[in-house]
This record gives sequence, structure tokens and C-alpha cells, in this order.
Amino acid sequence: MPQVIRSPKVYDVCIIGSGAGGGTAAKVLSEGGLNVAMLEAGPTLNPSKDYKEHVWPYALPHRGADIGGRARHELNGEFLAPNGFWEIEGEPYTSAPGSDFHWFRSRIEGGRTNHWGRIALRIAPADFKARSRDGLGDDWPISYEDLAPYYDKVDSFVGVFGTKENIPSAPDGMFLPPPRPRCTETLVKKACDHLNILCVPSRMAILTKPLNGRAPCHYCAQCGRGCISASNFSSSQVMIPPAQATGRFTLIANAMAREIVVNKDGHAQAVSYIDKTTHQEMRIHAKAFVVAASACESARLLLNSRSTLFPNGLANSSGVVGRYLTDSVGTNASGYFPQLAAVAPHNHDGVGGMHMYMPWWKFDRKNDFPRGYHIEFGGGRHMPGVGQFDEMCEETEGYGVSLKQKCRSTYGTFIGFSGRGEMIPNPDTYCEIDPDVVDKWGIPVLRFHFAWSDNEIKMAKDMQETFRAIVEEAGGTFYGRAKPEGKSPYGISDGGEIIHELGTVRMGDDPKTSALNKNCQAHDVKNLFVADGACFVSGPEKNPTLSIMALSWRTSEYLLDQAKKGEI
Amino acid sequence: MSIGPVSRRDVLKSLSIGAAASSVLRVIPLQAAEYAHHMISSEKAASKAGAYTPKFFPQQQYKTLQALCQTIFPADADSGGAIEAGAPEFIDLLTSENPQYQLTLGGGLMWLDSVCLDRHGNAYLECTAQQQTEILDCIAYRKTIVQDASLSQGVAFFAFLRNLTADGFFTSKIGIQYLGYIGNGFLTEFPGCPPVPGV
Repeated sequence: MPQVIRSPKVYDVCIIGSGAGGGTAAKVLSEGGLNVAMLEAGPTLNPSKDYKEHVWPYALPHRGADIGGRARHELNGEFLAPNGFWEIEGEPYTSAPGSDFHWFRSRIEGGRTNHWGRIALRIAPADFKARSRDGLGDDWPISYEDLAPYYDKVDSFVGVFGTKENIPSAPDGMFLPPPRPRCTETLVKKACDHLNILCVPSRMAILTKPLNGRAPCHYCAQCGRGCISASNFSSSQVMIPPAQATGRFTLIANAMAREIVVNKDGHAQAVSYIDKTTHQEMRIHAKAFVVAASACESARLLLNSRSTLFPNGLANSSGVVGRYLTDSVGTNASGYFPQLAAVAPHNHDGVGGMHMYMPWWKFDRKNDFPRGYHIEFGGGRHMPGVGQFDEMCEETEGYGVSLKQKCRSTYGTFIGFSGRGEMIPNPDTYCEIDPDVVDKWGIPVLRFHFAWSDNEIKMAKDMQETFRAIVEEAGGTFYGRAKPEGKSPYGISDGGEIIHELGTVRMGDDPKTSALNKNCQAHDVKNLFVADGACFVSGPEKNPTLSIMALSWRTSEYLLDQAKKGEI
Repeated sequence: MSIGPVSRRDVLKSLSIGAAASSVLRVIPLQAAEYAHHMISSEKAASKAGAYTPKFFPQQQYKTLQALCQTIFPADADSGGAIEAGAPEFIDLLTSENPQYQLTLGGGLMWLDSVCLDRHGNAYLECTAQQQTEILDCIAYRKTIVQDASLSQGVAFFAFLRNLTADGFFTSKIGIQYLGYIGNGFLTEFPGCPPVPGV
């Protein structure tokens, strides 16, 4: 081992990860008066250089198809905000036989918040106590009332649009006004009304009014590319700048955490990390640590932090670290709506994402699966992109002017529907350290085990039936490829594909069955906190980012309070 | 954006490796795309009249590719065709980076010429317009495989080329205008759906 370089300084807090959880902690802790250092495994972000907002496809030689056309075949797009990938050169992960898990990681300042969907939903009161209702999984050690003030703080600071609806499964927030619906949304809303399916303005972390010095949205529909005017939420543009403004915040980029080091009393005292630029082994000391590297990366760091005192990994005397992994249930289908062809060309862009959505509407009845799902949808006359005409070409076949005209007449007439539902944790789904594989930094990698249960498959079936009902009610033709049998029944997504990994370092009141207490403080190590999706006890059908921020805000205020009392 | 130990040489190298799993490109598409962009525009500037030098296809094959693209999306009263849209350059660039595309498209073009030679004694470009239409009508529809299974590779090739030609056409300036897409702008307020009967 080459010489380890130790920083002489001892920070109050070291945060590992700069995404939704880490960014929120950085803001709250540094504004609270603490000296904060943050490790980020990727480079810093430079929006004016890195973002491809407003770039036409023909301005790029690959037209958005990316090198070798790979954006046609993977979920990545050439236009996306940078550095989010299913595979990272030199940093592999493995799947156990029979498990097909996909792990999307962002190695850049701001993490996955640079190109997330901006869907900002609160977890409902009933979601926190779901076991008490149906006997599955576990209840959270906190209630909606515990978290609500922090949801309010996040909403007020980052800006979320929406409308007050009083829906029990979808709590209202502190909303900015929503944008007007597009034609596709008006059409679907009418059909949903006939079917008694709730369809309401979506809740998205995009500004429709100026807020805290940020300009409102200019409606180019390109949030996924990153927003140069920071009109949508990203940790890099909204959380980290106020932390930097305190003068008490240090961002250390290209820093890949290897392990958290403890002293002889069992307190965390340092993080050893690799400076990716120099390949030098470094060590940073702090009085407290906030792990927010993303659910699975945080579990990996703790499992790799083994010592005589903590032979199973740090904060893992319960053995739960890596267990209780969930992702959202996902499946999709689309519809062709000939009446949209009659709509004259007009600006259909709007915000980057849906203006309306269907919250879980069957919460008051008996369903043949537990828990619930919501529906996201979109389509219409958006900027044309690669791969968009594949299906039309394959259906129409032939060539020539007639094919060209057919593509034009059907442009903007398709609407896609995606369900997002709750998975119940199961014993066959977890991540662990692969005993045989290390990454190029010498850090042991994760091995994933993943299996859906019948609960999730029945839910996917219900989603497909609902999509069909909505399409047909709206006068469209249903396009669904999902089959009831096969590897992906009813088109259910592969594990990890929805990018909602949660639960791997869960909180709870009992140190035997949970790693963290109700403040996301490790039961075993009092100066260690987790502030990302790892702490979730269940994965309700709410896209997790807003809740990650609210939980991180709450944990950070608790940490501040403990620091003031001299407990840490 | 600083990416650490990735050099200009790495970018060049990864471009030639293409989409191989080991490519360093998986962490630097931005720089690579930017680099390729400069490479293409400087080449266009260097050669007279903006003539394009294909990166993958030999000159003769590239001419066949151009002809097929233009047949798939021809010019008409409303817009130019696939060549004006730059579809052949786009397809050549992607193919030069992707070994699978090289097999499907490079092999497909050779398959087409060999079938034309068999049937008419000429490569595709030297066939008469009627002979060209006849072979394209065979490979442009899946149903022809039922009558003649030996056409299946040609049908697969043409279907893929048709998809890529659509990409190249509809992501071009003229293709976007042809569709009537309006947007990519800066609005202070989103107007919503204009009044439409039935919507």
C-alpha cells in the first residue's frame, strides 16, 4: 500500500455523496454553522458547458443517437445531463445467477438529480403504517406528521408545482401553480373522468414562478438535459450553491470513498478515499459522517468498512445492511389517438415531463394485490428524436413518399403510459459484497439478487388493464407488447430499471432488525448518519427524491442539535 | 468539465473502438461527441463543396447507401429527401463506430449487390429503375419472406436501414420542418392546448 495522505484538518461533518440527500445535508449543516466537507466520486459540474439545453439534434453529428447509435438501444440519451450510466468503465457490479439487476449511477456533482424526472411526491400517512394495515413488510418508526414540516421546508426552498386535491394517497404540498395541460393531457383527463380514475395536475420540482433567486421555467421541455437557468431542481444548482456561500463548505471532487475508519471506541473518525485524478490514497477526518452515496452505494461503503469491532461491516450488527432492497414496479404501454392528427401544429413542449398524472385512486377498496401505484403519461408533438419512428416504419413498411407522409400524419398522435408501484421487500432481493470481484480502485463490488413476487406481477397486470381501459375510453388504439407469461410477465421492469433503489440501510426502533434509528443515526455508531434512499423502510409508489430530501433535512437538523448539545 | 486522466488520445482511441464494452467512452460521451463534431465540421470545411468522405463505407457502397436512403425518404413537393437531410453521413458515422451496424449494413449492401448480380447481371446501382423497384418491393415487406425465404436477410437489412434513415431524416432541419414541430424556445407562459374539437 502506498503512503496514505492525511488531511491535517478535522471537519465537523464529512458528507459522502452530492445528490439529493447529500446536497440537502450540505445546505442545512453548513448554514447551521458547521464546517462541512463533501466527497463526490465524479467531477464538478459546469452547466453552461456540460448541458445541451436547446441544442437541435442536427447540431450534433450523432443526432442524439450517441456514439455507435447506443442511445437507440440503451436508456441513455446523448442529450441527457452528463455522467449517468448503466455501466461505468472499471467500476462493475455483478448479478447473481437468475437475477437481472441494472444499476444506474451518476458520478458527478449533484448525482442523479442532474437528470431525474423531477416528479416530487410525498409519501402518504397510510404508507408509513402499511404493515399495521396489511401485515406485510414493516411500519416506519416515524409518521407522516414527523416528516410533514420537512416536506414543507423542501417544497418552499426548491419549488414544486401542483394543486391541492385532498387525496388520501397523495398528500398536498406547498405548491406553485401548475402549467396548463397539453392536448394529450386534456384528452386523457376526459377519459379518466369517465372511468372514475383520478387524473390531476402533476407535482414536479420545476419553477412556474421565480423562487429564491431562480428564474421560472421557460417551457422548452428539456429538463432531462439539465437546465442552464436552474429553473428545475438539481442538487448541484440548488443545494450546493447556498452551502458554498457560507464559506464553511468544501467539495472534494473525484473522490471515491473506500471505507469509513473507526477509532478504538467505535466512533467513526475518518473516511479513506481514492483521489481518482492522482490515484492517491487519501484520508479525511471529521467528527460526524453523513453517508448519502445512493442506497446501494451507501450499503456497499458500510459493508466494506470492516474492522475488529465491526467484522460484518459498519452499522451492521443487525445484519440488515444490503437487505430489504426494493425498486418500483414498472410496466408501460401506449395508445394511438387519431383525433390528435387533427390538431394544428402548435407549441406542445411545456415543462420537461408530465403536466398531469394519475395518483393511486383505488386506495379505498379491496384489490387483488397489496399497496398501490400511480400512472405517468406523456406523448404528442415533442421535438423529434432518434428511434421515435421505428414502430411506425415497422408497421407501415415499404418506402417512398407514402411512408414519409404516414410518419408525418401520425407524428404526435401517440401517448405512452407508465405505471409506478410499490414492491414489498422479499428475502430473495438484496445486495452483498461479491467475494470475487473488485473495481479498478481495488474496492470490492456489489453483487445483486433480485426477484419480483406475485404481488408485483399482479400489480403490473392491473396497470396494463388500466392503460388499455384509458386508451379505449379516449377513442384510441391500444399498443401493448406485454405478455402475461415469460421472463417479464405483463411487461414488468427488470430490477433497478426504474432507478428507485431503496431500503438497504433501513431505519427502525429495534437495533436487532434495523441499522438506523428514527433520526437515521446508526444504532451502533452514534456519529454516523445515512441521508439517502437507503434509510427507507418501504418503497411506496412515490418517486423517492422529495422524501430523500425531507428525511435528509430532518436528519441534518437532528445532527445540528446534537452537535450544539455537545453529543457529537 | 474535468474528467481526470482521460486524454485526447483516449477519445480518439475510443472512437475507433466504437461501442465496445471496454471503451473508455462510457464515461466521456460528451467530450467524444464534441470531438467528433469538430472532426466532421473541419473535414467538411477542408474538402471542397462540403463533399463528405465516408468513414466506414467504401466509396461505391456509400453511393448505394445514398441511393437507398433517398428512395426510402425521397424529395417531394413538401421537402427535400434523405440526402439533403444528411441521413447517409449520419448512418456512416454511427456504422463506423458500431461493429454490429457494420455487419447489418455493410453485409446487407453486399447481399443486395449479389442478389442483383444473380438476377440481372449488374450490381444494384447499375440495374434499371424497374429492376431496382422490383428488388426493393421484395425486401421492403416482411410478407415476401413467406413466398421466398431466401429474402429474409434482405428484409432485415432494409428494415434496419429504414429505421436509421427515418432517424437521419426526422432529426434534420428539413425533417423537423416537414413534421411541423414548433418549440425548443423560450416562453414566459405555456399556452396549453389550443381549442380542438374532440380533444
